[in-house]
Amino acid sequence: MSIIIDRRLNDRNKNAVNRQRFLRRYKEQIRKSVGDLVARRSITDMEQGGDVNIPIKDISEPSFHHGSGGDREYVNPGNRRFNTGDKIPRPSGGAGQGQGNEGGEGGDSEDSFTFALSREEFMSLFFDDLELPHLIRNTLGEVRDFKWRRAGYTQTGVPANLSVARSLRNAMARRIALGAPLKRQILELQAAEAAEEEIEAVRRRIERIPFVDEIDLRYRHRVKEPQPISRAVMFCLMDVSASMTEDKKDLAKRFFTLLYLFLTRKYEKVDLVFIRHTDDAEEVDEDTFFHDTRSGGTVVLSALKLMHEVMSARYPSDTWNIYGAQVSDGDAFGADPEKSRSCLVEQLLPQLRYFAYIEVPDHEHRASPLAHAYQRIGSDRFAMKSVTSRGDVYPVLRELFKRETTV
Amino acid sequence: MSMSTLERGPISTGAEWTFELIEQYDHAIHEIAVNEFHLDTYPNQIEIIASEQMLDAYASAGLPIGYPHWSYGKEFIRNEQAYRKGARGLAYEIVINSNPCISYLMEENSMAMQALVIAHACYGHNSFFKGNYLFRQWTSPDAIIDYMVFARNFVLQCEDRYGHEQVEELLDSCHALMSHGVDRYRHPTPLSIAEERDRQREREEYAWRRYDEIWRTVPGRGGAGAAKARAAQQFPTEPQENLLYFVEKYAPGLDSWQRELVRIVRKTAQYFYPQAQTKVMNEGWATFWHYTLLNRLFDKGLVDDGFMMEVLASHTNVTTQRGFDQRGYGGINPYALGFAMMCDLKRICEAPTDEDRAWFPDIAGGDWIKVLDFAMRNYKDESFIGQFLSPRLMREFHLFAVADHEDEDELVVDSIHNEAGYRRLRRLLASQYNRDNQVPDIQVTRFDREGDRSLTLRHLRNRKRPLDGESQEVLKHLVRLWRFPVRLETCDDNGQVLQIKEVRP
Repeated sequence: MSIIIDRRLNDRNKNAVNRQRFLRRYKEQIRKSVGDLVARRSITDMEQGGDVNIPIKDISEPSFHHGSGGDREYVNPGNRRFNTGDKIPRPSGGAGQGQGNEGGEGGDSEDSFTFALSREEFMSLFFDDLELPHLIRNTLGEVRDFKWRRAGYTQTGVPANLSVARSLRNAMARRIALGAPLKRQILELQAAEAAEEEIEAVRRRIERIPFVDEIDLRYRHRVKEPQPISRAVMFCLMDVSASMTEDKKDLAKRFFTLLYLFLTRKYEKVDLVFIRHTDDAEEVDEDTFFHDTRSGGTVVLSALKLMHEVMSARYPSDTWNIYGAQVSDGDAFGADPEKSRSCLVEQLLPQLRYFAYIEVPDHEHRASPLAHAYQRIGSDRFAMKSVTSRGDVYPVLRELFKRETTV
Repeated sequence: MSMSTLERGPISTGAEWTFELIEQYDHAIHEIAVNEFHLDTYPNQIEIIASEQMLDAYASAGLPIGYPHWSYGKEFIRNEQAYRKGARGLAYEIVINSNPCISYLMEENSMAMQALVIAHACYGHNSFFKGNYLFRQWTSPDAIIDYMVFARNFVLQCEDRYGHEQVEELLDSCHALMSHGVDRYRHPTPLSIAEERDRQREREEYAWRRYDEIWRTVPGRGGAGAAKARAAQQFPTEPQENLLYFVEKYAPGLDSWQRELVRIVRKTAQYFYPQAQTKVMNEGWATFWHYTLLNRLFDKGLVDDGFMMEVLASHTNVTTQRGFDQRGYGGINPYALGFAMMCDLKRICEAPTDEDRAWFPDIAGGDWIKVLDFAMRNYKDESFIGQFLSPRLMREFHLFAVADHEDEDELVVDSIHNEAGYRRLRRLLASQYNRDNQVPDIQVTRFDREGDRSLTLRHLRNRKRPLDGESQEVLKHLVRLWRFPVRLETCDDNGQVLQIKEVRP
């Protein structure tokens, strides 16, 4: 008789592993699509999942097929008007037999393969391979990371930690140690032609030596060690002066949004300091930074000075990894660019791990006064990029925070 | 119809199903299928699953377990996306050729649909799997689930040991050759050492008995000897069509775990080989039986009108054949053609016309259960259509054949459903299901074992039809497995080499 089984409660996600494999394999194509997607999005739903497209030809699986051409016949149903010998003009568009067996697959013939990524998948693809450069684990304060380290063997432990090889080696040593004198005794008795019972008695003693005894057992020993933790702070410096138009501010905010998502996602312990400046700078909270509107003149130096103050007050560089990211249109006047440069080079950079300057210029190819000044900074801790359209934001972020390959 | 069953009334009313009801229906259907119609089936294992699980089952081509590979992920994503968008419904069931025969029923189905699916899968497909010669010859339903468990574990193990990239690359390459990884004819079983020795002795004895000194004095022809020597060097001596098998056995640089992976893909391909060859028959047979069995349930008064209406609505949907010029035409519907042919065979047995007597003298007026059973057991799509498609059905389907010849500017209607065209039309339709028309004929002709270890394949063009552009990619995959140069010679019907493609590692 038939067996009826309710399988509804079984695992429903058997294919999750295959899905992951698919994503891993086409990471490059998917990431490109993710980049396009992000450029189109509004800032607020930056971190949602979404539909991505990849070209179908990239993911096809080849096999030997007949191509078009050659001779063939097709049988079709539904003839109402044809008679033998009738001529039908060859349908244009290549193959010309959307009617044969192959016709059934016609529904899938799109140019791209579209599918939805979950928020989690989206984010991990998005920020994969990004990291804060030159991060150093420099303090034991606020220890939260522990790591198990192997520390030899012990005589007690749980069965899961039993080291079979070690235990058996001990057992063998013990068996040899206990058995050897007895064997020698047998040889001696045999040489002396002693009674058979006597030899037998010794032999039985050898047999009674246990194969494994409790004292042989050895367990792998592991100890928990505190790990030095890397504390990092990121200073976000944004220019909100009048020359920063709505478009430029949008680019700046997009950049900081991505930076913010990246840092909060990848690093559990990163402090963020938001500084915005016009002709004078102020430290603001996250919400004000992203949403409040303010306007005025431009003095870049004010922001750098404030950053320096905050650093010396709250983030000593010997226990913190300090980073800075500045976005501006670089429209600074008079002595400001030069002063900013020297302030950055002399006061800030020595204490910083990395400082990125992102310019949102008016004209794509003309360097602003600030950029002109910054150009002369020759330090591997300083990087400068310019962003002119939404599509640039994500690639620039990737470039600035690319994982270093020399590990 | 006996009074007692009438008094008993229908098993259930309404759309809700319960496990008890499924059991009762299964029992009632089993009763009819086995006792009245003598269907021979494997025992059934009916599993109720949710729609997500159905999507899972889709991706692994219906097998309940498979080795992990990205292409299944792609398939899964594609199906899931289509399903979410509502572009595609899900199948009501999936049935696995195993012993016991596992059928998946969707929990969303109504009671009537569950009964339909039980009749279709658990008795229709199941008896086909057990009876049809191709399945008997090429699949081992007792072992398939265990084999897939082994395959999965083996692939996972290899990934752990050799890294997933290596395993993935190898599987990609094997998948590319999957359509050329099946045996169509049984290999003779290898001789045991004792048999080999006996044969050797017999041959020697024979040569000794036939020995005549005079032949030694006849001068031999050097040319023939040289040709023989060349032939002896030729390897393989006969062309081999199973490329994966050849790779598994002879690829110069593969490790044993890699050979085992090739073997797993080959075995999987072989397992699915009968399914592709019997699509029309298999679906036709199952559809015919759900139709017959459920009608019988109705006749016995075990189901009510509402049940039957739902079943018929669904049945009609499945067996609709659209004309070539109608919207949504996707080729000949195997359910429609198969079901029509099975019904037609029954009709020819029960109420033959003069035409049927002329065309099918052997079966006209015979016992339809026996005729259908015989057809199910001994045919595949190509031979089934070639043998049993009646003129009446060709008229009903309004079949016509269109010739698409390279040299002609226009398509020509080759034959239609008239007296002059029946036989040719039937032959053309049958050959449409011939594997040679779907899969290019590519065989291994030479493995240069002594020289540069290159492999030579020969593509024998089927009526001037070329290979499509993907073949270059497939060759690259083959080179990856073979690790030495691979040549593909394209030959015309006379064996004249037209074109040679060579890919080097």
